[in-house]
Amino acid sequence: MDDTAGTEADKTNPELFTLNYARIKIPFEITLWVLLASFAKIGFNVYHKITVWVPESCLLISLGFVVGGVMHAVRKEPPAVISSNVFFLYMLPPIILESGYFMPTRPFFENVGTVMWFAVVGTLWNTMGIGISLFAICQIEAFGVQDINLQENLLFAAILSAVEPVAVLSVFEDISINEQLYIVMFGECLFNDAVTVVLYNLFNHVAAMEVDEPAVIFMDIGGFFVVGLGGIFFGLLFGFLTAFTTRFTGKVREIEPLVIFMFSYMSYLIAELFALSSIMAILICTLSMKYYVEENVSQRSCTTIRHVIKMVGSVSETLIFFFLGVVSITTEHEWNWGYILFTLFFTLFWRFLGILVLTQIINPFRKIPFNFQDQFGLAYGGLRGALSFALAFTLPNSIPHRKLFITDTIAVIIFTVFIQGITIRPLLKLMNIRKTNRNLETINDEIHKRLMEHTVAGIEDLCGQWSHYRWKDMFMKFNNRFIRKILIRDNRPESSIVSLYKKLELRNALEILDTMSGDISAAPSLMSLYEERKNASKHKKFLPSDVENMHELLSKNMYKIRQRTVSYTNRHSLPNENIAKEILMRRHTTIRSSLRSGSFHATNSANTSHKFCSLPVGQSLNSGFPPGRFRHTDHIDAESETAYPSNRSTFRHQRRSSSKAGIPLRPLNDLREDNEPNEEMPNKMSHPRSKFRHSGHQTSRQYYGTSRNCRDTDFEEQQSSLSPHGWTEEPQNNSDVQHPLMRKPQ
Amino acid sequence: MGSFQSLPDDHQYRTLSQKTGFSLEQIGILHNRFKQLSQNEDTLRNFQKDATGSVQEIGFEEFLTVMSYFRAPAHQITEEQREEIRRAKLRFLFNMHDTDNDGTITLEEYRHVVEELLSRSGALGRETAKGIADAAMLEVASITVGPMAPDEFYEGITFEQFLKILKGVEIETRMHIRFLNMDTTVLCK
Repeated sequence: MDDTAGTEADKTNPELFTLNYARIKIPFEITLWVLLASFAKIGFNVYHKITVWVPESCLLISLGFVVGGVMHAVRKEPPAVISSNVFFLYMLPPIILESGYFMPTRPFFENVGTVMWFAVVGTLWNTMGIGISLFAICQIEAFGVQDINLQENLLFAAILSAVEPVAVLSVFEDISINEQLYIVMFGECLFNDAVTVVLYNLFNHVAAMEVDEPAVIFMDIGGFFVVGLGGIFFGLLFGFLTAFTTRFTGKVREIEPLVIFMFSYMSYLIAELFALSSIMAILICTLSMKYYVEENVSQRSCTTIRHVIKMVGSVSETLIFFFLGVVSITTEHEWNWGYILFTLFFTLFWRFLGILVLTQIINPFRKIPFNFQDQFGLAYGGLRGALSFALAFTLPNSIPHRKLFITDTIAVIIFTVFIQGITIRPLLKLMNIRKTNRNLETINDEIHKRLMEHTVAGIEDLCGQWSHYRWKDMFMKFNNRFIRKILIRDNRPESSIVSLYKKLELRNALEILDTMSGDISAAPSLMSLYEERKNASKHKKFLPSDVENMHELLSKNMYKIRQRTVSYTNRHSLPNENIAKEILMRRHTTIRSSLRSGSFHATNSANTSHKFCSLPVGQSLNSGFPPGRFRHTDHIDAESETAYPSNRSTFRHQRRSSSKAGIPLRPLNDLREDNEPNEEMPNKMSHPRSKFRHSGHQTSRQYYGTSRNCRDTDFEEQQSSLSPHGWTEEPQNNSDVQHPLMRKPQ
Repeated sequence: MGSFQSLPDDHQYRTLSQKTGFSLEQIGILHNRFKQLSQNEDTLRNFQKDATGSVQEIGFEEFLTVMSYFRAPAHQITEEQREEIRRAKLRFLFNMHDTDNDGTITLEEYRHVVEELLSRSGALGRETAKGIADAAMLEVASITVGPMAPDEFYEGITFEQFLKILKGVEIETRMHIRFLNMDTTVLCK
């Protein structure tokens, strides 16, 4: 009675709060785990020093242990993240995509032989070595694992040969290791993932067949090449398709990132469909499409793409390490002292031996041979990680000692990640490994590098000795003649020297503009030395106070100059400027101020207060430039935006001529004549905004914020706030102080 | 290895080998190549219409000397030797730019270099090249001389300054060709 009354009452009273957990269970849990991992990352990076000494992967695994312990205590199963499908279809592709996309292509292609050598041959060596020696160990009765046959050992060895670069690369980057080593490590880890998966599938297949003949195994190794090449084929195909598609997305910019992600993912899936090497497919797809895509898409899309790739890749990685910790606690283990210890030993042993032998073989073919420290770094940096972990879990249940394998894998991973990961940094420092000098990019460097390449290619041709320069040359010719025409929307070849130069000049311009708001009696401008010589008749020195003023203003603004060839990318964050150098800026200005001197004064003796404007009064900033392109809405890693303006701007200015490159610091009347230079302005406007925000210099903000107030305003507003600000009318000036760059090309 | 039109002495080869550091085999190969290029004459004629260089013809010895600048440094050499080799290569480069041989690379000469380098991408006008050359000169000035007084004028890049600015670039590794001991003349045109 009471019950019915109760239920009736329930029905009549609408319940205000219902908990329908079952409905949202899956997305909810996913989100919760991702959030947890993100909090972990935030937490670790609060105190920077920790991540310097202890790689982030260690911290994540430790946290995983904790959570795993908790879950184990409450008898709850962790989500089946490590099941085959989830890992291989959802978690692995973003990681590979990220690695491939941010691979520095030029050093990579210069070292591609070495990389492939280590990746393919090295992995095979490791697998065979570990497998066979473990099999030998199994024969010893004392360990009690005699029933593990050769195929299973080989399978297990294949799992163990997958090297994981995350922790090592961040250490390498931190200590500025020489570029060769970095790229070889990076490349090797990447490609050996592919090789490992192929080997794993191979041995899996063989082990399942329960055939005991070694001949079958070796025959199948031939299939390995087919799989690899097939993957490469699909990668190229999809890379081409992507680049081609982006050619037509000019009007629908919003879907550009989507196109890229979908095509990359598709390449992975199609390769999986045909049981080819999907990792190779997505890698090659990314490598091949990156160059063309970045020329075609808008700048914002480019940033979005990079950002999203980093984000997804990073989340994926974090989750994997985290689950490594969790699952290690919650699974059932089978422990076998002998087997596990020997596994550890053999892993290290074969890796070291392998690197040693392989390096000896390949060193004569390298331009910069690896010395002993390099080899040690390579060998010791062979940590195992995510992929091994996942592969161990996807071992079929038919294998009797599956649990042993899992336990063993986890043991190896934990050992390498913790012990090797933590000690590699001090060891490398101790060994005095060769570093790279990450000095400032200068135009001279770039010019001479290019010059060298051309010269060497020419001389090689002359004396009939070919090397990779010739291939590179041939490829570039082919590229320019055919490929670019098909894949790129507006084909305008541009030398890297010009890009670099434009970028540096833009920075100069920005800097000069920033010094405007003070009362400087004469702003320096970039003058041609030659012209200067002609006009050097009348010199008037700067007043010391002016110079002091300028120096003071300049010193408040520290520009972080980004290296153009971003050789290193930190896997856990977008490429950001770690180095604060403004030497080039300062020197440029002091040179300018010293060179510039009087000829300007001479012709404008009347005015003591000159302000150089880059805009003729009243002209809109947006002439010929897509508005709002640099709308900066968030503060996240603003530098990623900053490199692009410079790089992007080169690709943007298609119809314009080369005079765009110039700093529009010249008398106003000249500017009135041609309308073109203004599009550089938006570029420059965004730079200080984003840079200052990141540089964290308070002074810069204070003097910047009031006059410009750029942060939240659009460009139109900026424009209007600028023009009343005192872009004064310039006196008539004669052409001999005209900056050569601003002249219209004849 | 193929027969030569005029058989040079072994002795001649040996002196060349000592001077340039090539092995005898390599000299033989290069001589072959030289013959191929010069159509079996003794010297290479300068093909440029408006040849501004001072050499109209290049003999085999000069050819070889130039090539020797591009040799790879041996693996085990001392720091000094490495530095010396670097200097030699950079000296070669410097002379390449300094067309009037006055010991400095003036702005005009540098501009010429930059223009040549960029002339491939035909979309650029001379203005950019000029600008780039200017900026490059400024850089050199700023790095080597430091802030200058307002009346100073920067003359040109001397060899020492050239060395200094190119400290970052690993010339030894970039500027070298692996001279094989194999006769590849049949393979190339």
